[in-house]
Amino acid sequence: MRVTIEVNGRETSADIEDRLLLVHYLRNTLGMTGTHWGCDTSNCGACTVWLDGLPVKSCTTLAAMADGRSVRSVEGLEGDTLDPVQQGFIEEHGLQCGFCTPGMMMVARALLDRDPDPDEATIREAISGNLCRCTGYENIVRAIRWAARKQAETGRSDREAEEAVL
Amino acid sequence: MTATETPSPDTLTSPAGNPLGFGRMLRKEDARFVRGQGHYVDDLVLPGMLHGAILRSSYAHAKIVSIDTSAAEAHPKVKAVITGKTLEGLNLAWMPTLSGDVVAVLATDKVRFQGQEVAFVIAEDEYSARDALELIEVEYEPLPAVVDARHALDPDAPVIRDDLEGRTDNHIYDWEAGDAAACDEVFANAEVVVAEDMIYPRVHPAPMETCGAVAHMDKVTGKLTIWTTTQAPHAHRTIYALVAGLPEQKIQVISPDIGGGFGNKVGIYPGYVLAIVGSIVTGVPVKWVEDRSENLMSTSFARDYHMHGEIAATRDGKILGLRVNVLADHGAFNGVAQPTKFPAGFFHVFTGSYDYPAAHCKVTAVYTNKALGGVAYACSFRITEAVYLVERMVNCLAFELGMDPAELRMKNLLRPEQFPYTSPTGWVYDSGNYPRALEEAMRIAGYDELRAEQAKRREEAAKPGADPSAPLMGIGISFFTEAVGAGPRKHMDILGLGMADGCELRLHPTGKAQLRLSVQTQGQGHETTFAQIVSHVIGIPPEDIEVIHGDTDNTPFGLGTYGSRSTPVSGAAAAVAAQRVKEKAKVIAAAALECSVEDLEWEHGRWYVKGDHAAGKTMAEIAMAAHSSLELPEGVEGHLDASVVYNPPNLTYPFGAYICVVDVDPQTGAVKVRRFIAVDDCGPRINPMIVEGQVHGGLADGVGMALMEVIAFDSDGNNLGGSFMDYLLPTSMECPSWELGETVTPSPHHPIGVKGVGESATVGSPPAVVNAVLDALQIRAADMPFTPAVTWRALQGRPIRPDLAIE
Ligand code: FES
Ligand code: FES
Repeated sequence: MRVTIEVNGRETSADIEDRLLLVHYLRNTLGMTGTHWGCDTSNCGACTVWLDGLPVKSCTTLAAMADGRSVRSVEGLEGDTLDPVQQGFIEEHGLQCGFCTPGMMMVARALLDRDPDPDEATIREAISGNLCRCTGYENIVRAIRWAARKQAETGRSDREAEEAVL
Repeated sequence: MTATETPSPDTLTSPAGNPLGFGRMLRKEDARFVRGQGHYVDDLVLPGMLHGAILRSSYAHAKIVSIDTSAAEAHPKVKAVITGKTLEGLNLAWMPTLSGDVVAVLATDKVRFQGQEVAFVIAEDEYSARDALELIEVEYEPLPAVVDARHALDPDAPVIRDDLEGRTDNHIYDWEAGDAAACDEVFANAEVVVAEDMIYPRVHPAPMETCGAVAHMDKVTGKLTIWTTTQAPHAHRTIYALVAGLPEQKIQVISPDIGGGFGNKVGIYPGYVLAIVGSIVTGVPVKWVEDRSENLMSTSFARDYHMHGEIAATRDGKILGLRVNVLADHGAFNGVAQPTKFPAGFFHVFTGSYDYPAAHCKVTAVYTNKALGGVAYACSFRITEAVYLVERMVNCLAFELGMDPAELRMKNLLRPEQFPYTSPTGWVYDSGNYPRALEEAMRIAGYDELRAEQAKRREEAAKPGADPSAPLMGIGISFFTEAVGAGPRKHMDILGLGMADGCELRLHPTGKAQLRLSVQTQGQGHETTFAQIVSHVIGIPPEDIEVIHGDTDNTPFGLGTYGSRSTPVSGAAAAVAAQRVKEKAKVIAAAALECSVEDLEWEHGRWYVKGDHAAGKTMAEIAMAAHSSLELPEGVEGHLDASVVYNPPNLTYPFGAYICVVDVDPQTGAVKVRRFIAVDDCGPRINPMIVEGQVHGGLADGVGMALMEVIAFDSDGNNLGGSFMDYLLPTSMECPSWELGETVTPSPHHPIGVKGVGESATVGSPPAVVNAVLDALQIRAADMPFTPAVTWRALQGRPIRPDLAIE
């Protein structure tokens, strides 16, 4: 079947097998390998991307389900500068091996878009569908708090959300 | 070796604002990761690349009657199907393990654990490869399986390894350390002896990235390049050369970005070899990446130690001796990755952090119908098991004596003046101040207040009409001593390869440097830390030092990153290389300044003439001079570089004191970790931010193992932990906000005084959590993981074995 999917603001289109998973559409069909894959059971969240503005696990989403819709992945986070979430992960050492990081950041970005000032408990709950084997989560929580503070200071939030407003 | 320096965090900063040496520095590697531009094995695409998938055994133990691959071969997108028969023709059906055993690459005669490799399909894409697996018909004749290690040596137990000539049982080895006779005497005369059985269940490192490889055999040049998830690229290269009979100079192993290792990526798995064979057979690159179930079911598990400990003491709590019998479940093949001389790894460091004269351990290893492995999951060659044993036994003793476990520990900890300390089993602990670390942990925790709160809660709970759902509060302590940085070549090798590490430092004419390491990062931040080590010694900015690693064609030989050995061994190599460059720079500076070497004095990053501070040369100026036409003294070659092989004189011994506070729901058995206090001493911290990150990750491991992680089996040998639905990893919800502290005791023999830290928290934290849960339940012993069901049953006085589905 043929699908047309907007990915990070760019229209993509391909003939695919009906059963192709969105994670494989991104990674293999488009060659966008920032989105990772880490389990068979929809438990780890390494594959998290946005579908029409909401985080989904792309390993449990068929590419066909994204037809005519828009996807945002880690490659779509950076604008002229890094997204505050990306910067926060660097500043607070929120990543080690980096494998869970794209999924974590997509969840974090979505959280801050709906709640710009989340407390620790809220952050922990938001990322509870994403596993990290390296960091013990502490610095991920701090990274997201860092991003929240940064946005509050600079008045800058999400590039994509801003563009939608413009 | 030059005299030990004890570095303080360096106060000078570079133009980019980084410390010129030690201190908090943001990681160089993060720029690519936060943009999704890491390069992991599965990200690699080569022209014409095919995809492999492995058919695995559905039985734990069965004879292979026949394998019919014809339907799979007829699949339009399948290029080849490889079975054990194909490999037998190439003499590759079996390969050596890291412990002198052999393991089947693809099973030929029978399968010996569920998930074992049976056939390999190579197809145009991954989906087709997996479709074709379904088309392979394997006829099995099921055999009774050995599941419970305690019955592996029963006379009527099925013999698993009938492939080994003359094999009539499932016994692998017996190994002992310590003085049994001295121990017997101490125990015979002791006022108090406490015995306990405990299981350190089978767990799995489960890095977020599974294992995989892309192999490319270039038919024309005969060069094999393999991009693979390995923690030890150089060792892998040598093993591929030995296994496949390929010329080693034509093998390049590239370990790109690795999504976590934790010991899971030390061994060579059949999948890697199959990708290589696949590339040889098809003439194009072949990729193989396992799925999560394959990772959990077939790659290196950890622990699986059944331990019986006995501790002897005086009635007032002076420990006199510890002895232990271990039954080690090694699975169907002996594939542990550890120094050859130590079949039970470093388990004999089990005497721990305490001062007593008598110790003895005996380890019996057996085959069972389970996957192979055993040394993995940040275990420091089984010091996890050792620390768990001693820290549980000390708590059992405290329980029997009715003594506070902190007080009992304080009474028995080694004193600072006893270092270097030779343990009853022969380890030489390099340095430590243990009481200070425990005091610091108790101070941060507010230990006395916690105990007071607990007493009050217990009092409330005992009152008539008390709330039956009121949480049970528990406080657990552990004190650990690690032994990391394997190791002295004389004592330590893996498959005959000595555990010394090479390192090369080269300054370019403009004063920028490249550092080539034999170890490589799976997230530990080597690209940053190692630049800081060099910067600390020669004072050039860490941002000017490029760390090159994970590519055998571009780095010197060394044994890789595991066992927390990078900083103790390769970190020392980098420091020594930098010291040599600094000394060579001095000679060149003297030539450039036309003075004698003795007239020069060092300030960070610059040699200058004594008494004339303005007359000097920076490292960058010296680097340019070293490459220029400047006339150098007789015997001094140009350029500015050094190449080092570091053979550690001893291991380093980081240590720490951990305190965990839990609340247990008495009605559901759910355990909540309320607080976790971790005081670590790993010597001076090169980058405190990275050290803390390492500790955080290990603490989460401890919570995972103590509360939820286990690979259990049913009586047929079916793996009950084969997915993330069944094998539970801790999430952000189970982890508390870690409270860290530190003390600093430098290693006297490491050139910059540092000790390893990567595994400290994984080693030290499980007993703290378990001790806390048992303290909450007010019982002496039960086995982890304390899932709600296990905890609830323990609370009812009917504890269950966590590693078997049947009792
Ligand atoms: S890959 Fe694990 S949840 Fe999608
Ligand atoms: S940084 Fe390695 S899994 Fe999260």
